[in-house]
Amino acid sequence: MANGHSIKASGKPKEGRKTFFRIASYLSCDKGLLFVIGLLIILSIITNLLGSYMIRPIINDYIIPGDYEGLVQTLFVLAAIYLTGVVAVYIQYILLNKIGQRTVTRMRIDLFSKMERLPVNYFDTHQHGDLMSRYTNDIDRISDALTDSLSDMLSSALTLIGIFCLMLYISPLLTLVTLITVPVMFLCARLVVSRSRKYFKAQQESLGTLNGYIEEMISGQKVVKVFGYEKKVEADFEVSNQELKDKSLKAQFYSGLMMPVMQNLSTLNYVIITIVGALLAIFRGVDVGGLAAFLQYSRQFGRPINELASLYNNIQAAFAGAERIFEIIDEAPEVPDDADAVVLNGIKGDVALNHVEFGYRPEKTILKNVSLHARPGCKIALVGATGAGKTTILNLLPRFFDVWKGEILIDGYPIRKVTRDSLRKSMAIVLQDTHLFTGTVCENIRFGRLDATDEEVVEAARLTAAHSFIKRLPHGYNTLLENDGANLSQGQRQLLNIARAAVADPPILLLDEATSNIDTRSELLIQKGLDKLMEGRTSLIIAHRLSTIRNADLILVLEKGQIIEQGTHEELLQLKGKYYTLNKEQFQSLA
Amino acid sequence: MKKYWEILREYKISLLISPFLVLITVLCETIQPTFMAQIIDDGVMQRDLSVVTQTGLYMVLISIAGLCISVINIYISSKTSIGFGTDLRSELFDKIQQLSFNDIDHFSSASLVTRLTNDISRIQQIVLMSMRLLLRAPMMLIMAVFFVVRINLELAMVLLAAIPVLSLSIFVILRKGFPLFMKVQQQLDRLNGVVRENLINIRVVKSFVREDFETKKFVKSSEELRDLVVRASNIVVAMFPVMQLVMNVSIVAILWIGGYKVIGGELKVGELISFVNYVMQVLMSLMMLSMIIMTFARASASSERIVEVLDTKPSLANTPEGLSDKNRIQKGEVSFRNVSFRYAGGEEDVLRNVSFDVRQGETIAVVGATGSAKSSMVQLIPRLYDVTGGELLIDGVNVKDYHLDELHAHIGMVLQKNELFTGTILDNLKWGKQNATMEEVEEATRAAEAHDFILSFQDGYDTQLGRGGVNVSGGQKQRLCIARALLLKPKILILDDSTSAVDSETELKIRRNLNALLSDTTVFIITQRVNTMQSADRVIVLEDGEVNAIGTPANLLETSDVYQEIYHSQQMTLP
Repeated sequence: MANGHSIKASGKPKEGRKTFFRIASYLSCDKGLLFVIGLLIILSIITNLLGSYMIRPIINDYIIPGDYEGLVQTLFVLAAIYLTGVVAVYIQYILLNKIGQRTVTRMRIDLFSKMERLPVNYFDTHQHGDLMSRYTNDIDRISDALTDSLSDMLSSALTLIGIFCLMLYISPLLTLVTLITVPVMFLCARLVVSRSRKYFKAQQESLGTLNGYIEEMISGQKVVKVFGYEKKVEADFEVSNQELKDKSLKAQFYSGLMMPVMQNLSTLNYVIITIVGALLAIFRGVDVGGLAAFLQYSRQFGRPINELASLYNNIQAAFAGAERIFEIIDEAPEVPDDADAVVLNGIKGDVALNHVEFGYRPEKTILKNVSLHARPGCKIALVGATGAGKTTILNLLPRFFDVWKGEILIDGYPIRKVTRDSLRKSMAIVLQDTHLFTGTVCENIRFGRLDATDEEVVEAARLTAAHSFIKRLPHGYNTLLENDGANLSQGQRQLLNIARAAVADPPILLLDEATSNIDTRSELLIQKGLDKLMEGRTSLIIAHRLSTIRNADLILVLEKGQIIEQGTHEELLQLKGKYYTLNKEQFQSLA
Repeated sequence: MKKYWEILREYKISLLISPFLVLITVLCETIQPTFMAQIIDDGVMQRDLSVVTQTGLYMVLISIAGLCISVINIYISSKTSIGFGTDLRSELFDKIQQLSFNDIDHFSSASLVTRLTNDISRIQQIVLMSMRLLLRAPMMLIMAVFFVVRINLELAMVLLAAIPVLSLSIFVILRKGFPLFMKVQQQLDRLNGVVRENLINIRVVKSFVREDFETKKFVKSSEELRDLVVRASNIVVAMFPVMQLVMNVSIVAILWIGGYKVIGGELKVGELISFVNYVMQVLMSLMMLSMIIMTFARASASSERIVEVLDTKPSLANTPEGLSDKNRIQKGEVSFRNVSFRYAGGEEDVLRNVSFDVRQGETIAVVGATGSAKSSMVQLIPRLYDVTGGELLIDGVNVKDYHLDELHAHIGMVLQKNELFTGTILDNLKWGKQNATMEEVEEATRAAEAHDFILSFQDGYDTQLGRGGVNVSGGQKQRLCIARALLLKPKILILDDSTSAVDSETELKIRRNLNALLSDTTVFIITQRVNTMQSADRVIVLEDGEVNAIGTPANLLETSDVYQEIYHSQQMTLP
């Protein structure tokens, strides 16, 4: 998953300038520190260059004339220069680290808090793996760029300029000679980079395909086993694997060329300077000390050029990563509450749908003209085949989605006109899929209401028949749950979910197939708890097993997004319509 | 680790040649300052032009030779490391295919995926770096020392003294920094865990209005991470300045002692300059070495994760008897004899003392409370797990004495959590039987009540399914999975609560079809629905890992309390 997407991420950023300013605005919180870093970079470069330059006077003025006293004194100066440089570099690194991490943390938090505010629809339509990789790969890239690449790039560029000036100062002619090799280096770098980029892209693509295949096969491993499909899968895998091998070889070869080619070019540069410098020295074009300093510079000259190329790539990748993060941050959140939105408080739980029409996609209407009314404390059941629109109705009540037409009223307030938080707090949902968080059993139940006392948590667990199994866990209520409660059975996880809803104690309860993953006997137990929980609350229930809803105050039969029958269990049976058939099918044995 | 060497052995020649190539390139580089000294001392100082041109020519030739050799090494090392990575990936993937359910549960599939992708890439990178850079730094060091010793032993002592100081400080820094980086990794995992959880649980978070609560949790975690990273990096970033400091001190010392010697006539100017050049070379190579060490440290965790899987002995394999592949499943009779079962690492048996016999063609409903080990029990039949006590017989032969392929070919199983794969519907169905004809496929899909909805899709059987079958509904998915199993024409069919998302109307039809199509097939159905139980030939009631009752539905309704309870919980008053 992580690598699958990097095809996109390693591409060029689309809006370099805009992204740059955006990153800059994150950095600007630490303006003062950035300024200090800038000074430190300049200081370290000056000391570095000066240190190399000092070898010229040392040789020319002291060693060749034989002035030992002067030599020692100058060496002290040199030592002082070096020391300053080292200290400046160290502080610079520490500050960069701090700023880099602070910035990245800010981005990460922005990303997360934005994510929490995205509409449910977003999560249904986007791959979780892709979102995850924004937290991992993309943030990593930015963090690398901020702590290493950016400052290195700055210091490489400045060093390059500094060296150039000093070289020019020592000997313009030798500088000219050096300059002849520089374009050659740039050309080689470009050639290699463009080649390797091409093959890298191909490599990333086949890596993406392979990783996709791996992910799918590993997560479906149990099915592979059941069908004895291992050999076939291995063969398919081998094909993709070999393809990746061929692509990678080229990519690695060309990208690997970069460093040694540069290194050897810089050696060649060194050689040329030695020869030309020596010739010049013989004809008094340059002094020996100057040549020595020049040789040192030429060593340092190759490095920044070579680094600039790779740093540039890193920074491009970071920009692309940042764009992917900003993409989420810029995503439209849930529609904000109206300015005059009402806070629902102490409501009774009167729920009404008036002529509601809705679909997830514009071209497909799911609910057509659905109206229902649940008086406070009423128990309403929704019945119908898969795809009839039962779950959709429950999705509309907490405003996970907004209706197209018609309206939904709670205690007479249209839900569009109340604050979303207070709306959602007035109801609790128990879904078919169980969802738990890393943390203790107690914390998971308390998720329903954060200020619930331990006693209230236990009380809720008792009510929903979760208490007895929790007691038997190794650490009772303090048992740590990990991986979505992988150490619990499906039924146990659901019991915790129900307890969580119980502790929330809302006036409205939405149960979407809450007990369908639970065996009948446990269901019976839970049902008692649920019945108790539903007392005095308005409940909307979806259940496959009709037995669980026969005591509902009102049963609505949905078909293709419309309510086709409604009434109590007895009334509907009398009707001998759809509900009657459903019941007959479910309870009649295959004779 | 043994596996690594086995794979690397194939690349023996490359691995042996590569160090020599590195040595030659290093030699080509380190000899240059010595030539340079010659040019200055014998050419410039003596005003001898021919020395300059001749020595200069050597330098150019050597440098070009160095380039050529290093290109060869790059090719060899790319080929070796990628070959190694590819082989290791195949090895690991094949290994995973052999793993049993128990092993997969143990590793978790998410972590297996990471191991196959990121971890392998990292190891591959290490092989590459080792071949290119690992030997370079020490060789550079040795060559540099060799040349400086030749110039002047006393002066060389400065460099020789600097090296241990430098090594020690690098060691100390890494030693202190590494454990912190491990902590960083853990904290990062925790943080990503929070994100993943929120992605999955977004409906829960939103419905309980816990956005701020979760964000606070996240902020706390990420601030902890930030502080950890800063702490760890602050130690490690000291490395570069420390190295620079040591080297700069050496340069000052060399200029001091060397200058004194030049003044005294013991040393030539060119030699002194080349000395300083050597110190620079050593510094560069050491910096590279420290970077490699960091990468190695990170990769060691990856390696551990890979080796862990490679070294796992598949807990389920063909027995010698099974390998002989002489036993055939003919009828599909199943017998449990005092079977007990415990998950690997589990603390107690989930199944105890289970015994029963099932005749050919019987339909057995397995019922019981959540956690009564219904799924565990039926998963023993195709040896997805092995019994830990007693024995399990099919047609009177111990399941362990069948070849695994034989078991899988005749036992169809629809799991509770089913997977469809990327590909067309037809591709997916043919998992059951690769050479199935279209008639066979349709027969199966009709029986599973899937044919009609498949045809309702625009591309029919060629409809492309997304990963995990995202574009079909839960009920449709289950029906496709059932059809897939039916295509096998199994002798034994196991349905593990596999119609939960199918409405009762359709379920009833499917069961009727099954009876017609597979009248000789022994069927196990785990179910919650009373009418399914009632229609079975016999019912096994499991309670807390033990058989509570066994018998015909009518019989059990009279005698078994547990069954009565289940029955009455659902049985309604119907007119």
